[in-house]
Amino acid sequence: MPLLENGQIIQDTWQIAVEGESLPTGDVLVPLARLSEGLGRNSDARLGVVLSSADDVETLRDALPRLDVVALTFPVFRDGRPFTQARALREHLHFKGEIRAGGHVLPDQYEFLLRCGVTAIDLPEGADPAVWQRAHEAFTVAYQPSILNEQAEGFAFRRRLA
Amino acid sequence: MSHSPSAALPVGHYAYDDVDRTFLKQRVAQFKDQVERRLSGALTEEEFKPLRLMNGLYLQLHAYMLRVAIPYGVLDAKQMRTLAHIARTYDRDYGHFTTRQNIQFNWIRLEDTPEILNVLADTDMHAIQTSGNCIRNVTADQFAGAAADEVLDPRVYAEILRQWSTLHPEFTFLPRKFKIAISGSQQDRVAARFHDIGLIAREGENGRPVFEVFVGGGLGRTPIIGVRLRDDLPEEDLIAYLEAILRVYNAHGRRDNIYKARIKILVQALGTEEFLNQVNAEFAAMDRARYRLPEATVEAIRARFGAPDFAPAGNAAEKLAAQRKADRAFDAWVHTNTHPHKQPGYCSITVSCKPAGGIPGDVTSAQMDLLADLAERYSFGELRITHLQNVVLGHVRQDALYDVWQSLEKNGLGEANIGFITDIVACPGLDYCALANARSIPIAQKLSSRFANADLQREIGPLRLNISGCINACGHHHAGHIGILGVDKRGEEAFQITLGGSAGDGDASIGQILGSAMSEDETVDAIARIIDTYLSRRTAGERFIETCRRLGTAPFKDAAYATA
Repeated sequence: MPLLENGQIIQDTWQIAVEGESLPTGDVLVPLARLSEGLGRNSDARLGVVLSSADDVETLRDALPRLDVVALTFPVFRDGRPFTQARALREHLHFKGEIRAGGHVLPDQYEFLLRCGVTAIDLPEGADPAVWQRAHEAFTVAYQPSILNEQAEGFAFRRRLA
Repeated sequence: MSHSPSAALPVGHYAYDDVDRTFLKQRVAQFKDQVERRLSGALTEEEFKPLRLMNGLYLQLHAYMLRVAIPYGVLDAKQMRTLAHIARTYDRDYGHFTTRQNIQFNWIRLEDTPEILNVLADTDMHAIQTSGNCIRNVTADQFAGAAADEVLDPRVYAEILRQWSTLHPEFTFLPRKFKIAISGSQQDRVAARFHDIGLIAREGENGRPVFEVFVGGGLGRTPIIGVRLRDDLPEEDLIAYLEAILRVYNAHGRRDNIYKARIKILVQALGTEEFLNQVNAEFAAMDRARYRLPEATVEAIRARFGAPDFAPAGNAAEKLAAQRKADRAFDAWVHTNTHPHKQPGYCSITVSCKPAGGIPGDVTSAQMDLLADLAERYSFGELRITHLQNVVLGHVRQDALYDVWQSLEKNGLGEANIGFITDIVACPGLDYCALANARSIPIAQKLSSRFANADLQREIGPLRLNISGCINACGHHHAGHIGILGVDKRGEEAFQITLGGSAGDGDASIGQILGSAMSEDETVDAIARIIDTYLSRRTAGERFIETCRRLGTAPFKDAAYATA
């Protein structure tokens, strides 16, 4: 599946752990339940974890320094928990790696995701990246601080969006 | 003499600058794009729905309804004329003021909506977050900045919260809607304990405000009175603390059942202590510097508010006294429809949008234009919408009241019934709403006609009557001294009566159901008998709600179900 990162479509080189099979050798995303298995892997390949929207990111605290990717999942776009998960990963856990968002996510949520710390979108099949780019450029100002620490726009909490 | 820098600022609400205007135009363009993507099929109706809701657009029984935001209920004359223009051009010549101090237009076409939003943006208005599972319009005391009993003006803080919550990246897809109210008076005129978050501001020790914070109140299917989380939250922590509450709610509020998704259910499920622990843990862990609300920010927002430049009122009070003596009807209106002002010689007027036999909160475009004219002439161009669906002129000189009253009288807005039984709060009901079980409007009109006699209303005294067309309780029937709830009784519209609810003044309570539902006409008769019971059983000077509390529901129940 294509990944949208910094406005570019890139090839996703990560593999997803398949249920009931042993982990592949390359870079792999494992579900939370198989995290210790992933961490125990004798490999130089990179590791990421896939969270459901109900998972508590706090459970990743110890493992986080060894993870390159945290993938958040929208079961439906109305389930806004991944926004809080992403923001907590950045603000509370100081995670510096890639946070990707996948599942049922809309371009209209793109800017919110970026401002909560998401860096890559697992685009739905057939998605038009131009619509996502347009969504990213729709606003030049926001009305509250975010973990991106954008520059102030005039007074109050207004922030200038790039 | 130097020119006052605030001369150009609108009185009573935040003045937009170019940055804010650019943002609104971008929001309109975004919505236009969303409508086009919906029409092309790129967005499914399921996906489009929350997006249009967050621009105030509902699909009702017969048409789209557009709910326009009136932040903390304050608007200026120019903005009121825009609303009149929209009613005239895109709707059926009227609008409906809501219990969240907003206005609804009931007969809107989807394809007109981007243009309407554009027209609104031209006078710094919008429909952002008037619906959807996000932070809604922040409501405030309708006498803010005017009331004699006010400690501090809450509107500056309501504006700060409005800005902070606008397109908040983390809190735009909450489990359910989220309502915040703020008052700056110890007289709680905003029903703070019936909100997801209720704030009561007062002066702190260092001269800066502190906030009493209530959380988890609400009406709807499960009426609950909010619990106090903080007694003295410092101003600089206001945003950080609200962030913490919303974070806990967004992470843990239920999403499996929309009837259990409000924050009140989470607070109840966790218990106040555990909920407070979680909020405090989040508050302690967060980057407080990022969310700090510095004094300078508060003052920068305050500087965008115009303030009325009061002229000395001279002998206004004496003139008013003489006019009251000379005209009994005027005297009655002044008695019920004015509120004490902190500036000597001035007062606030509540314009009743509840004419005898009328539809509560409905106002024609001509009436909107008249209200705009009166505001410009007599009240520094400022208007407020109240959560009881009336309109306030905040700062009127007492010697102008007679002129204002005569204009209102001539235009169907002169009813002297504020706080009385015909000052009815009602939701739109089954005449418009897709959720309703029963029509709220016809029974409101019948009750309004039944008690129209001015002497009778005065005799009955202060009484809150609230009507909801279904269990979602948009008419706040739980909080009415008398509440009416529309239900579906084997395919027929029927009404339950509740008694003893109250929204504010430190004595919030939830009304008790009297008994089984009755037809519309039976309900009107039953309420008449309840009133008779009150009149015969009250002690001297005892208000309706006090008699209810003293006697309990039994005698009223007997009266309600007594048949001739």
